[in-house]
Amino acid sequence: MSPEVKGQITYEIPDREIMSSGHLACPGCGAALAMRTCLKIMGPRTVLCVPACCWAVIDGPFPYSSAGVPVVHCAFETAAITATGVRHALDMRGVKDVTVIAWAGDGGTFDIGFGALSATAERNENILYICYDNEAYMNTGIQRSSATPVGAWTTTTPSQHPKEEPKKNLVEIMAAHRIPYAATATVAFPDDLTRKLEKAKAMTGFRLLHIFSPCPPGHKSVESDSIKISRLAVDTNVFPLYEVENGTHYTLSRQSKDVPIKEYVRLQGRFKHLNDQAIAAMQERVNREWKRLLKRIECSE
Amino acid sequence: MQKVLTGNQAVAWGVMCARAQVVSAYPITPQTTIIEEIAELVSSGRLNARFIKVESEHSAMAGCIGASQAGARAFTATSAQGLALMHELIHWAALARLPVVMADVNRAMAPGWTIWTDQNDTLSQRDTGWLQFYCETNQEVLDTILHSFKIAEIIKLPVMVVLDAFFLSHTAEAIDIPAMADCDAFLPPYQGDLIVDVDNPRAFGGMAGTDVYQEFRYLQQEGMDQALQVAVDVDREFRQRFGRSYGLIEKYRCEDAETVLVTSGTITSTARDTIDEWRDRGEAVGLLKMRTFRPFPIEMVREALRGVPKVGVIDRNICPGFGGIWAQEIKAALYDLDEKDRPAVYGFIAGLGGRDVTPITINEILSKTHHPEKTDRHLNWIELKA
Ligand SMILES: Cc1ncc(C[n+]2csc(CCOP(=O)(O)OP(=O)(O)O)c2C)c(N)n1
Ligand SMILES: [Mg+2]
Repeated sequence: MSPEVKGQITYEIPDREIMSSGHLACPGCGAALAMRTCLKIMGPRTVLCVPACCWAVIDGPFPYSSAGVPVVHCAFETAAITATGVRHALDMRGVKDVTVIAWAGDGGTFDIGFGALSATAERNENILYICYDNEAYMNTGIQRSSATPVGAWTTTTPSQHPKEEPKKNLVEIMAAHRIPYAATATVAFPDDLTRKLEKAKAMTGFRLLHIFSPCPPGHKSVESDSIKISRLAVDTNVFPLYEVENGTHYTLSRQSKDVPIKEYVRLQGRFKHLNDQAIAAMQERVNREWKRLLKRIECSE
Repeated sequence: MQKVLTGNQAVAWGVMCARAQVVSAYPITPQTTIIEEIAELVSSGRLNARFIKVESEHSAMAGCIGASQAGARAFTATSAQGLALMHELIHWAALARLPVVMADVNRAMAPGWTIWTDQNDTLSQRDTGWLQFYCETNQEVLDTILHSFKIAEIIKLPVMVVLDAFFLSHTAEAIDIPAMADCDAFLPPYQGDLIVDVDNPRAFGGMAGTDVYQEFRYLQQEGMDQALQVAVDVDREFRQRFGRSYGLIEKYRCEDAETVLVTSGTITSTARDTIDEWRDRGEAVGLLKMRTFRPFPIEMVREALRGVPKVGVIDRNICPGFGGIWAQEIKAALYDLDEKDRPAVYGFIAGLGGRDVTPITINEILSKTHHPEKTDRHLNWIELKA
């Protein structure tokens, strides 16, 4: 049984397109879709700081850019602090009505950029940090990151020895920094993403959005299944949609459907080596984590 | 206004005189008192700036890069391990053509852990595209900070201002603090033309294919070439306004010199005394102070040393597997002189890890250069313990 989801309103997604076509994303890329939706809501008075990741490529080669807003490319581990520098410079120049977004992959967030991310959160810098999570280093050809789920194949966790460690829980770690806002989202639920972006946009201080982003070449899935996979990630409780305010107030954004994770796993070649027993173990882990989340939500009330 | 300041305070006051807008820095001995002083200046409102108290030097430089890209005058300071940790971003700032200014208090690299001065930290950033100025006095430190922002913003390349640990950083001298109005006239607010602007969205630093990257490097080198003249012009303008001038290099008592010592940093001050003593004894010796390492003032060095029979270069650094770094650069600069004008260059390694370079040390080096019969042409270790 899961708690009632309150205040669910359908959000209207603006028609406007800030990002242009002609970008370099692969077909079915969740990260491109996430950006498109994000920019529709954030609008043109936005600056993106993008470290090394697929999005450093997707935006296009010099002198092109598909984002439609300023893009400050930055070193792999520096999205959070580069955005911080941009924020302070804009403040010093009196430019206050611009949102500065650090837009990084899971590698740049969970791993190499984690020190700078944690420090930036601790100082409660006035930026919006968005991690689009495709659960591996995709830019460099699908190597494991600490966001790769247990059991997954990557080029550095071959199917004979798939990843043994569970995915790091980013939102919990960030919530422990007691930042004003942390939330999960994914591309199959653009209305939920819209609501969270609007909420984050209206806040000041350090805000973090963790967006699960299917990646057909990296997950070995069919391009046209990306939305389905994104939806199933939520409906199986693999990637629940929730928010944390001030690090302690947890709210669930979407009721659980308790779909067996087998449905989710079978659409992705990265899990194809898993036998029934392994999938059952995965299911158990998901159930445990889900219960833990529900407890946090309960405690928040 | 005269004030007694340490070298590190002089850096901070220079940053205040330059009205830096974003400071992003992390503490390390012997740089620490720079950022403590800046914290004071910012919290007392004397410097209207944001001070981002980052978790590492890597982030210190990245914060400066973000701030500079978004149009703010940005500053940081570090030493040794901190500079090395920044390395990736040091390249980044220069290739992004950002006018960041950084002070580095020279400190020898670990291990063993040491906080004392030598130049290996900054000299090993040679190929990053930063200008580098080495200072001799606290006044020169403050003045060079002001010069540096001006030069950086004209040529769109970052500048490193280098001072010796303790000999400058923690030693106080009476120095002249220029009036803010004069500083403002010398260094107007930063007006970057290629900065973050939501009304004119651009991507900065995106993918560069084989069709463009080499041209980026060419333009960077062109910036360095321009920097030579710009630095001379800025030094001249500074002299007109403030009455002090340093040059990119300085010749000291080099008239008809048979032997010239080449120095940088605080060793220069000690060497001046030694040269004076030798001159008083009627010996034809002189001194060349290297203030500028990048861009390397090749023509100026050639002009200064052309026809000098013997040159001794004191290196408070070592490029293992080759020798002293300044010696290497000086030799390269002199190579194209006609053979009859080309000095014999003797390299000396001294003062590593902060070991004192005293008048005795310099006397030995000068003697070995002036009477080089038993001196190695390439590499001589001075006061090496057995
Ligand atoms: C310091 C550094 N180390 C390694 C790399 C190589 N590199 C570039 S992108 C990348 C992986 C990015 O992974 P992630 O952040 O998950 O983004 P994705 O490519 O999956 O979108 C790596 C390892 C780099 N650019 N910089
Ligand atoms: Mg990734």
